[in-house]
Amino acid sequence: MSSYSVFILSAYLVVLVVLGGLTIASLSARSKARRELAARGLDRPREQRARTT
Amino acid sequence: MADLHFLANPARFRRFSQRVLPGLTLATVLGFAIGLYLALLQSPPDYQQGETVRIMFVHVPSAWLSMAGYALLAVLGASLLVWRHPLAALMARAAAPVGACFALVCLATGSLWGRPMWGTYWVWDARLTSMLLLFFLYLGHIALSRAYDDPDRGDRAAAILALVGAINLPIIKFSVDWWNTLHQPASLMRLDAPAIHPAILMPLLWMAGSFLLLFILLVLVRTETEIDRRRLEIADQNA
Repeated sequence: MSSYSVFILSAYLVVLVVLGGLTIASLSARSKARRELAARGLDRPREQRARTT
Repeated sequence: MADLHFLANPARFRRFSQRVLPGLTLATVLGFAIGLYLALLQSPPDYQQGETVRIMFVHVPSAWLSMAGYALLAVLGASLLVWRHPLAALMARAAAPVGACFALVCLATGSLWGRPMWGTYWVWDARLTSMLLLFFLYLGHIALSRAYDDPDRGDRAAAILALVGAINLPIIKFSVDWWNTLHQPASLMRLDAPAIHPAILMPLLWMAGSFLLLFILLVLVRTETEIDRRRLEIADQNA
C-alpha cells in the first residue's frame, strides 16, 4: 500500500480483535446460558413444561 | 409503537429474534465481505490523506454507531423509568458493552489515523475528549447496572446515567463547530451536499451499513442471553 500501511493494517486489526472478540464472547455466553436452561429443563415455554409435569 | 409493545414480552422478543438472526447473520457476513473489498482494494487513495483514508472506512462507522448506541441507551432508560418496559433494562444491559466496543474502536482507529496525518496519536481537542467521555459513560453504565445485588436498582441507576449522559451526544456532534478543533468538521452529515467524492463515499456507506448490521446482530444475541440469565436468576430465587 504505502509507508502508512502499518497504521492502516493496525486499524483493521483493532476492529477484528475488538469486534471479533465481542462477537465470539456474545455467542459463547448465549450458548452457555442456553445449556444451563436446558440442564434445568427451563428451555421450553411454560405451558409446554406444565403439560409434561 | 404497536410493534414496540408487541416486542415488550421477552418470550415474544426471543421468538422474533430467533426468526431474524439467520438472515441478519448472512447479510452481515456478505456486507463485510463486499465492504472490505471496496474499502481495501477498490477505492482510490484520497488526494490529501492518501492511503490513510482507508482507516476512515472503519473509524467513521464506529463513531456513528457508538453515538447511536448511546442514544439507544437513553431511549431504553426513558422506557424503563417512565413506562417500566419489561425488555428495556435487559436490552440496555446487552447494548452497553456493544456501544463501548464501538467507541473503543473509534478512539483506537482515530488515534492510528492521527499519527501519520496530525503527527500525534492524541490531542485534548473537543471532539476527541468528548468521544473519550462517551467511552467512560459506557463503562459507567456497565459498572452501575451490575453494582447492586438487586438488578432492578442497578438498572434504574444505569438508566438515569444514560439519560444524563445523553447531553454529551450533541456536544460530540457540534464540538467541531462550537470550538476550534484539530478534528475536521462534518463532511457527510451537512445541510448542503456531502463533501466526499462518490468513490470514497460508496465504501464508507457500505461499511457503515455492515457495522449497523453487526451492531443489531450483537444487541439481539446479547438481549437473548440477558433474558435467559434473568430466567436462571428467577429459577435460583424460587428454588
